[in-house]
Amino acid sequence: MTTLHLDNVSRWFGNVVAVNDISMSVGPGVTGLLGPNGAGKSTLINMMGGFLAPSTGTVTLDGTAVWRNEAVYRHIGIVPEREAMYDFLTGREFVRANAELHGLGDTEAQRALATVEMEYAQDRKISTYSKGMRQRVKMASALVHEPSVLLLDEPFNGMDPRQRMQLMDLLRTMGDEGRTVLFSSHILEEVEQLAAHIEVVVAGRHAASGDFRKIRRLMTDRPHRYLVRSSDDRALAAALIADPSTTGIEVDLKEGALRIQAVDFGRFTELLPRVARAHGIRLLTVSPSDESLESVFSYLVAA
Amino acid sequence: MSYAIYHPTVARLTYRGLLGRRRAAILFALPALLLVLCVAVRMLTGADDDTARTVLGGFAVATMVPLIGVIAGTGAIGPEIDDGSVVYLLSKPVPRPTVIVTKLLVAIGVSVTFSALPTLMAGFLLNGNSQNLAVAYALAAAVASVAYSAVFLLLGTVTRHAVIAGLVYALVWESLLGGLISGARTLSVKEWALAVAERTAADGAVSAQVGLPLAVTLLVVVPAAATWYAARRLRALTVAGEE
Repeated sequence: MTTLHLDNVSRWFGNVVAVNDISMSVGPGVTGLLGPNGAGKSTLINMMGGFLAPSTGTVTLDGTAVWRNEAVYRHIGIVPEREAMYDFLTGREFVRANAELHGLGDTEAQRALATVEMEYAQDRKISTYSKGMRQRVKMASALVHEPSVLLLDEPFNGMDPRQRMQLMDLLRTMGDEGRTVLFSSHILEEVEQLAAHIEVVVAGRHAASGDFRKIRRLMTDRPHRYLVRSSDDRALAAALIADPSTTGIEVDLKEGALRIQAVDFGRFTELLPRVARAHGIRLLTVSPSDESLESVFSYLVAA
Repeated sequence: MSYAIYHPTVARLTYRGLLGRRRAAILFALPALLLVLCVAVRMLTGADDDTARTVLGGFAVATMVPLIGVIAGTGAIGPEIDDGSVVYLLSKPVPRPTVIVTKLLVAIGVSVTFSALPTLMAGFLLNGNSQNLAVAYALAAAVASVAYSAVFLLLGTVTRHAVIAGLVYALVWESLLGGLISGARTLSVKEWALAVAERTAADGAVSAQVGLPLAVTLLVVVPAAATWYAARRLRALTVAGEE
């Protein structure tokens, strides 16, 4: 049991479409589900985990429907985004309860706690845990039965860099063992460090799918827009437009600035200061005007 | 398919959740209030069957039992669904009927402990079980506990406003409308339970508005149907994310 299939899955809440006709397969290895906040990542993960029915389409795990089928949880482990988790229990009691619900016992619970390095705090009440500690105990609860599929919703939220690295190592190991690991994130760098394969979701739509490097290149090679102010805007504009890395320049009189569109990101960033120095022009402002993640994603959708 | 009706881990999580939350204070306060009231009444007026009837019927069965039923029934599942921690319970290969029936058993256990048992003690304190009133009202409290637990557990499964809905049913429907409209009495857990008390106590000591056969039928059918439907709903429970 290792491959999740989504076939033409849509989900709407009232008249709001959260997920719009998405088809994808998630197989062994680590897959990153990338998208800005509110893109529908949690909705997708909830459907993959059997906690939300698709409005149309099907979600199956190796051919078996996930919705209304508690038997799939023998193979699936879930790390939800929400914080609430029986705070009146200690970490050990919580993980032990999760093991028992799988028909397992203390041995498995202890092993899971050791995997996430939480043994040192296992006898403290969960209500006293930091966000990162909660995240690790959640992780332990999802690992007790050694699932072949692990779904994690924003697992790195609230973790410090050390914990983040440790969890990344753990997920990488699980992926290498042939398990299907899917995690969602709205942070590009997180996904870049961990997942070779990514699925990008923007505004409920499946924007891109595949090898991270390919998608990253799409992202960096897209037209970049800059707002530049200098001691001599027109001279700078004339010098820049001669280079193929620049495709358009507008002299914005009201702003007293240049609006520049560049296609070759690497070349342009190297060109701009060189040209300025050669012409004795002082650069006063250089600011990218569309660097938000949302604009990166919307470019991907159009691509 | 056959299911285990009891899962010890589900039960442990449920009763620790029930007794560990702040609203559990009411579980202790109400019976304590009843017992203090009984001691005071007994000291002031001596043993009196009419007084016992008023206290046991008017406060214990009419008010305390449904309130504790609301807390135990909705509290056995509602808070977990509200805060999302139910995900940990449901992302397990445990049949949903097992989860619901276990939670029902815990709710019944808590209700009986905190309402039927104190009612029995109150009866003995008030008139030493004269006319078998203590036993009759305690039995009524026990059967009502079962019905309330099942109905309020269902409410806790299907709505986030289960406590309000439960209180409206217990206080407005049963107490207020039940006193004004005779039809409301037929659909009242309290009246079904009183029918059981009527049969148990000495002749004419307790009066109920519903016949015993109908009462017993409803006391069996309503909790069974509520539990069946709650399990069905739990199977298709939607856990909304942060988005």
